[in-house]
Amino acid sequence: MAETTAPEPDPGVPVIELHGIVTRFGAHTVHDGLDLVVRQGEILGLAGGSGSGKSVLLREMIGLQRPSAGRIRLFGQDIATLDAAQARALRARWGVMFQRGGLFSDLTVRDNVGLPLREHGGLDGALIDAIAEWKLALTGLPPDAGLKRPGELSGGMLKRAALARAIAMDPALLFLDEPTSGLDPASSAGVDALILRTQALFGPTVVVVTHDLDLLWQVSDRVAVLGEGRVLALDTMDALSHHPHPTVQAYFTDRRQVRRPAA
Amino acid sequence: MCSAATTPSPATAPGPADAPAAATLTPGAAGEWVLAGDWTLGGLGPLAQGLAARPAGAVPAVLDGARLRAFDSVGAWLLQRWLGAGGSPAAELRGWPPRAQGLMAQVQAAPAGPLAQPPRRSGLQRLGRQATAGGRQALGFVAFIGQVAAAAAGVLRHPRRLRGRALLREIEVGGFDALPIIGLTAFLLGVVVAYQGADQLRHYGANVFVVELVGYAMLREFAPLIGAIIIAGRSGSAYAAQIGTMVVTEEIDAMRTIGIDPLERLVLPKALALVVALPLLTVFADLAGVFGGMVMARSQLGIGFTEFADRFGRVMQGSALLLGIGKSAVFALIIVTVGCFQGLRTAGGADSVGRQTTLSVVQSIFLVIVADALFSVAFNLLGL
Repeated sequence: MAETTAPEPDPGVPVIELHGIVTRFGAHTVHDGLDLVVRQGEILGLAGGSGSGKSVLLREMIGLQRPSAGRIRLFGQDIATLDAAQARALRARWGVMFQRGGLFSDLTVRDNVGLPLREHGGLDGALIDAIAEWKLALTGLPPDAGLKRPGELSGGMLKRAALARAIAMDPALLFLDEPTSGLDPASSAGVDALILRTQALFGPTVVVVTHDLDLLWQVSDRVAVLGEGRVLALDTMDALSHHPHPTVQAYFTDRRQVRRPAA
Repeated sequence: MCSAATTPSPATAPGPADAPAAATLTPGAAGEWVLAGDWTLGGLGPLAQGLAARPAGAVPAVLDGARLRAFDSVGAWLLQRWLGAGGSPAAELRGWPPRAQGLMAQVQAAPAGPLAQPPRRSGLQRLGRQATAGGRQALGFVAFIGQVAAAAAGVLRHPRRLRGRALLREIEVGGFDALPIIGLTAFLLGVVVAYQGADQLRHYGANVFVVELVGYAMLREFAPLIGAIIIAGRSGSAYAAQIGTMVVTEEIDAMRTIGIDPLERLVLPKALALVVALPLLTVFADLAGVFGGMVMARSQLGIGFTEFADRFGRVMQGSALLLGIGKSAVFALIIVTVGCFQGLRTAGGADSVGRQTTLSVVQSIFLVIVADALFSVAFNLLGL
């Protein structure tokens, strides 16, 4: 978390480095020698058709799954060689927002957000509750939502609560898996704004896996398009929409009417 | 004042990133307070304990953040709480890194005050609520029985609506597949009953009565009861889980909108299948249990298989078998109704499925035993 007041993010510093990632499920090869570097402070979109291995790649970055071959370095550390204490320290520096929330259904929403703080720090309960309530308010949830169970929230509120938990620790690195899936356009525009606000306030490096071109236009600094087991293209949305590769073109051009507003 | 606040601040030169420098808050000249170190979850450690209260007199005019190494929301909240402890003075933030200043501004703008906790209920209130909920559930169960009966009447008028294939499949899953576990359990029960009886019977030289003991115990009580209990745990729970999952994934709603009655399509085949399968399983359990008794009788009481079988044929009344089978048909209805009822009561997410499944097993075993007790009273009154 020391990054919070670090001098403005240095885009030269890599936060995530993937080298030669190979992922196989039986005979099926998902990634075949994939390389990707995520720079400090950027919002990187991971796009690609269904089955291109976006979610698998995300799971590999957060250590839920091991690639068949290749090296993954987070903050310069190879995550395959971490000992338990280092892994714990690393987990305190990232936040993950899961596609379906991943909120614990037997805890209230506020306790869900406070859980990482309880696990990683020696703070008193009242302060944790205050911080959790503030994080919930930051994500635009009404105050009474904090005492509800995740099951009582609507889809859009659930996404906000999940984001609140992901940013509970002021993470230096934020992973978002399909943050707008299943939301109506208004709610999903709200999530766009929320991601940008979060980034402005806490300055994390953000990796966002999404199918939502709107979201990519709104928030991403660069977008990596996965396909054929590797990164087909890695560039800004503007550049990608003129990319020569046919797969990339197919992914972006037919919906190019969705443009980033002038602001 | 807390001790941490008065300790001299350590060197502020940034150390390695993963060794946070302890956060400090030091009073300077003329209401100036100096923040230094890592005001983060990792660096606040000792300070977090002692920084609860600010002396009312010490009104900070300036908060010097030039020596802050890091600052996160935990630091911001702790500082805010300290500032707010004696009123909420507006202190000037001097020399703060821009992002930390932005964070502090956000926290200061946050509405204060904890959320209103829901009022705690007294024991009497909780008891009342539980009683009402229990009563509602009982009423709902009665209504459900009525709905199933109505659906059954509809199918009786149009028997073609019942899917033969689904019925056979339910019999296979709920009945045939349970043969090994029921057979083994009943066999062991037969062994236990004969073994417990053997000692007493030998005492009175009444060895041959082990046949009646095992026969009546198994046929009238143990076989139907143990079959029902195993099926409640095995199939009743499966019914609740299957239907509960279908509720969660909106399959039940989909059926209704397509015009399929879930009771007719899901509950009736299960009910019919188990009413056929459980009595058959009971007969199988009778055989296995009596065989267990025979094995024990031969080894402990010296009664051979032929002698046992011969006496069994002479002394046992057919009514014992029929009563057991009749009871098991009723048990089957209880298990199916409770399992499906609890499955359909699922509301919310996946955790609710587990809860309803557990409830279905507990309630169906309880109701089966209650029904068994009622049967005993009724048979006694009728002289059966």
